[in-house]
Amino acid sequence: MMAHLRHRLVVVGHGMVGHRFVQAAIERGLTETHDIVVIGEENRAAYDRVALTSYFEVGADALSLLPLGAYDDPRVQLRLGAEVVAIDPTGSAAPDTAGAGSLTLADGEVLTYDQLVLATGAAPFVPPIEGRDLPGCFVYRTIEDLEAIREAASGARVGAVIGGGLLGLEAAKALSDLGLETHVVEMAPRLMAVQVDDAGGATLRRHIEELGLSVHTGAMTTSVLGDDRVTGLGLKDADAIDADVVVFSAGIRPRDGLARAAGLDLAERGGILVDEQGRSTSHPTVWAIGECAAPGGRMYGLVAPGYTMAEVAVDALLGGPGAFTGADMSTKLKLMGVDVASFGDAFATTPDALELVFSDAVAGIYKKLVVSEDGTRLLGGILVGDATSYGLLRPMVATDTNPGIPLPENPEELILPASRGGGSGGVVLPDEAQVCSCNDVTKGQITEAVADGGTCDSPSCVTACTAAGSTCGSCKPLVKSIVEDYFTAQGKTVDRSLCEHFALTRQELYDVVAVHEHTSFDQIVTRHGRGRGCDICKPVVASILATQLNGHVLEGATRTLQDTNDAYLANIQRNGTYSVVPRIPGGEITPEKLIVIGEVARDFGLYTKITGGQRIDLFGARMEELPAIWRRLVDAGFESGHAYGKSLRTVKSCVGSTWCRYGVQDSVQLAIDLELRYRGLRSPHKLKGGVSGCARECAEARGKDFGVIATEKGWNLYVGGNGGATPVHARLLAGDLDTETLVRYLDRFLMYYVRTADRLQRTAPWVDSLDGGLERVREVVVEDSLGLGAELEAAMARHVGGYFDEWKETLDDPEKLARFVSFVNAPDVPDPHISFREERGQSVPADSAGPVSLGTTIPVGPAGPVGSVGAS
Amino acid sequence: MSVETDPTQASTDGAGTPATAGTPVCRLDDIEVEGGVVALVGGEAVAVFRTYTDEVYALANYDPIGRASVLSRGIVGTRTADDVDVPFVASPLHKQAYDLRTGRCLDKGVDAAVQVPTYAVTVGADRTVWVGAQQSRDEEPHEPDS
Ligand SMILES: Cc1cc2nc3c(=O)[nH]c(=O)nc-3n(C[C@H](O)[C@H](O)[C@H](O)COP(=O)(O)OP(=O)(O)OC[C@H]3O[C@@H](n4cnc5c(N)ncnc54)[C@H](O)[C@@H]3O)c2cc1C
Repeated sequence: MMAHLRHRLVVVGHGMVGHRFVQAAIERGLTETHDIVVIGEENRAAYDRVALTSYFEVGADALSLLPLGAYDDPRVQLRLGAEVVAIDPTGSAAPDTAGAGSLTLADGEVLTYDQLVLATGAAPFVPPIEGRDLPGCFVYRTIEDLEAIREAASGARVGAVIGGGLLGLEAAKALSDLGLETHVVEMAPRLMAVQVDDAGGATLRRHIEELGLSVHTGAMTTSVLGDDRVTGLGLKDADAIDADVVVFSAGIRPRDGLARAAGLDLAERGGILVDEQGRSTSHPTVWAIGECAAPGGRMYGLVAPGYTMAEVAVDALLGGPGAFTGADMSTKLKLMGVDVASFGDAFATTPDALELVFSDAVAGIYKKLVVSEDGTRLLGGILVGDATSYGLLRPMVATDTNPGIPLPENPEELILPASRGGGSGGVVLPDEAQVCSCNDVTKGQITEAVADGGTCDSPSCVTACTAAGSTCGSCKPLVKSIVEDYFTAQGKTVDRSLCEHFALTRQELYDVVAVHEHTSFDQIVTRHGRGRGCDICKPVVASILATQLNGHVLEGATRTLQDTNDAYLANIQRNGTYSVVPRIPGGEITPEKLIVIGEVARDFGLYTKITGGQRIDLFGARMEELPAIWRRLVDAGFESGHAYGKSLRTVKSCVGSTWCRYGVQDSVQLAIDLELRYRGLRSPHKLKGGVSGCARECAEARGKDFGVIATEKGWNLYVGGNGGATPVHARLLAGDLDTETLVRYLDRFLMYYVRTADRLQRTAPWVDSLDGGLERVREVVVEDSLGLGAELEAAMARHVGGYFDEWKETLDDPEKLARFVSFVNAPDVPDPHISFREERGQSVPADSAGPVSLGTTIPVGPAGPVGSVGAS
Repeated sequence: MSVETDPTQASTDGAGTPATAGTPVCRLDDIEVEGGVVALVGGEAVAVFRTYTDEVYALANYDPIGRASVLSRGIVGTRTADDVDVPFVASPLHKQAYDLRTGRCLDKGVDAAVQVPTYAVTVGADRTVWVGAQQSRDEEPHEPDS
């Protein structure tokens, strides 16, 4: 038999870390030499376990890390719903393949491998108490667990969670969201015992009790009560608790059973013992990554260290030098709306460490700093209720290998509220200080981005360009203050004025116009501005007036406010001609209409090209020809479209369930409906939408400002995407929506954007610029926390109700039409500056050689507005 | 060609076409406030603008930076330069600002030599707008009385 040229690598476990491993293997070319087989026990491909609690809100599709269920590389084979029951690194179970190892699946199949990567994760620890197997008992680890909990909750009244750690509190939130009266039972004397101290735990407890949950600390569960199903929990030295649903969340244990049975080295407290590269210390062709691994004897229950291990293992398999040497276990999170952060030596285990504490029981704030004996170094800290200073404090922490940043003279200022002299305490971070730990961005890189040679002028631009703050977002306030401090030091104020005529931002101007019910630029500039405006503020005012009054953009005095394209309702091109793009909602068009477009293009000699937005662009129309072109289109049932202006462009769609064998919803119908609903909406920047009929995403909806992707149950709504120079994928706002709810959320989202974004700020940077980012958008749009929902919907309803065909109205109004002439005094003479040449059989602009004179011999037409006009 | 006669006076008789005042192109009311029109004058495309205070200016319609005949379609406003509100038009192509009085490009970083030719322009008592000769570049800018 011929020797194998390709190697086989088997990954056991398709969770978050196993998936990251495969991704890295494909990206870095490991699949050039290795065939990869992934065996996953769960029935679905890897999903975002960190966001598991949002499952009830967004559904399974939205959590998926591999929505198509397969990798885009034929050398990777994914087998789901298959459990590995034994591994044999010496290959004795398959003697014919000497040298290679083998493994056995639950159905008895044996696979051989050259390299084995264990990524089996961890399992919830269920204490060995009586009754723990009764129906009504659950763990909290997989989507199936959550589905089972939801089903049980529907007939239940009271739920209890055993364990008051981070995961336990998440489970408790889920139970309480499901409408259960919820108890949290924690054996330790406080909540989140790993992250916070007694006082911090007490503060957290008050917050959680305020939300209506019952907290029992120092309470040991001795048994689960009930005969044929759960009825309650028995506690040691305390009254029993009634409960119909019980969730165990008492810690996790690495799933190291396969390795244990095969005799591989394990760490003292569990986990497969591996070296710095992730290789088993007892067998060189076995690797372990993620929560099942214990590099250097320690397991890590967070996803980021697991990702690093995955990258390092791929690197090592490619012969690289990468190493995993430990991870920063600092955490900052929002639990049921409460900020909790814990970093460095939070429990002051360093000898002689001192503690500085600020606490405000009324406001529910607890902050502690752990400092070195001489008071010069920060060692760690805990923040509960207000973690805004986390971004500043974390980079200051001193460790064995990093001196950190010296504490200011009065370190207490770092944790006091601003009203009591708090602040940054004059701490100036050095340039090397790491500000964003997710993406390893230093302060120096941030100031560089805004310095003279840099490209940024705002914190949100810095986030976009350097990635600082783009992952967990906890350093965003720090990024902002670094940028502002830098500008102040340079004597630059961060001037957010629109232009020299208005010392207001677009949002402020929007509000001013609304409050005063202004209807004209003159009123607005006289009352709130200076001078007579310019090409920046006039179009902004035009857009604001269009949104608030829903009038025609060419009506009366608003005409002269319009930007180039709005002023002529078409797209100006380099030679001063225009392009016309008939609206084709959703990209669906009848053959008859297609023929009309062809005829118009032919008759007017227009260069024709298909656009990226699923419509047809007709180029080279002279300004004076526009009305005649619109007339032809209007008569054929078209409207000319907004391929220009700061307004909705198109809603792109795939063909959807009507034709496509994969489609699960009618994406075309929805795209048409959305395009017709939002057409004509004037906004801070252009707006694009997309609708895909299934997770294959053929409409590229996530590259749009709003993207809708069909699921089995309805629609997932993504917001804040764009293509262009800085492509951004839209992010999930809400999942599994019915069409009505989807439209409601979109109405709110778009109006909120129209009202509050800066000029020329697309949705992606706008979302980023909001305090709280996408979470803030969700609060306003989905949870309606500001109570603005109805108002935003009503504003959109006014827009939809007031919509009319701008082009047709122009045709019907001689006054508006009067401007569409080549020369005011010679309307029949075409502008000689415009000339064409031919390229690939179509007309294109000829290069301009400079101003052209017709000479004085050409008679100037008689139709001029002045009686006797002639050539001079 | 040059304009010698006081055009205001020349047009007081209403319907006349005094060669000295140039070409009557339209009525003031044909130009929107803070808007522009383009007229054919001596075979050349001339943009005629009207400001908020009803001053009228004429520039060649050809944008020397965008290299197209489009200036009359730009947004008209004011910009502060040396503490004075300068009337200007922003080219619809790339938004360069041109001083309506001189035709000079006001944008920083643009070659100071970039200048759009200006034309003498007057409004008669009957509100007819007259465009006269192109003004030589070296000449002091035409300052309308305001
Ligand atoms: C509710 C919740 C909230 C969390 N919040 C955070 C957080 O905020 N921040 C954070 O960093 N981390 C958080 N975590 C932890 C994070 O989810 C884990 O660190 C991460 O999922 C570990 O990835 P993994 O691939 O090692 O394990 P997993 O994602 O668990 O994947 C292991 C996979 O292997 C499969 N498997 C196991 N044995 C076999 C076998 N024998 N054969 C085949 N397949 C097998 C399992 O079924 C599983 O699908 C949270 C976890 C939960 C449950």
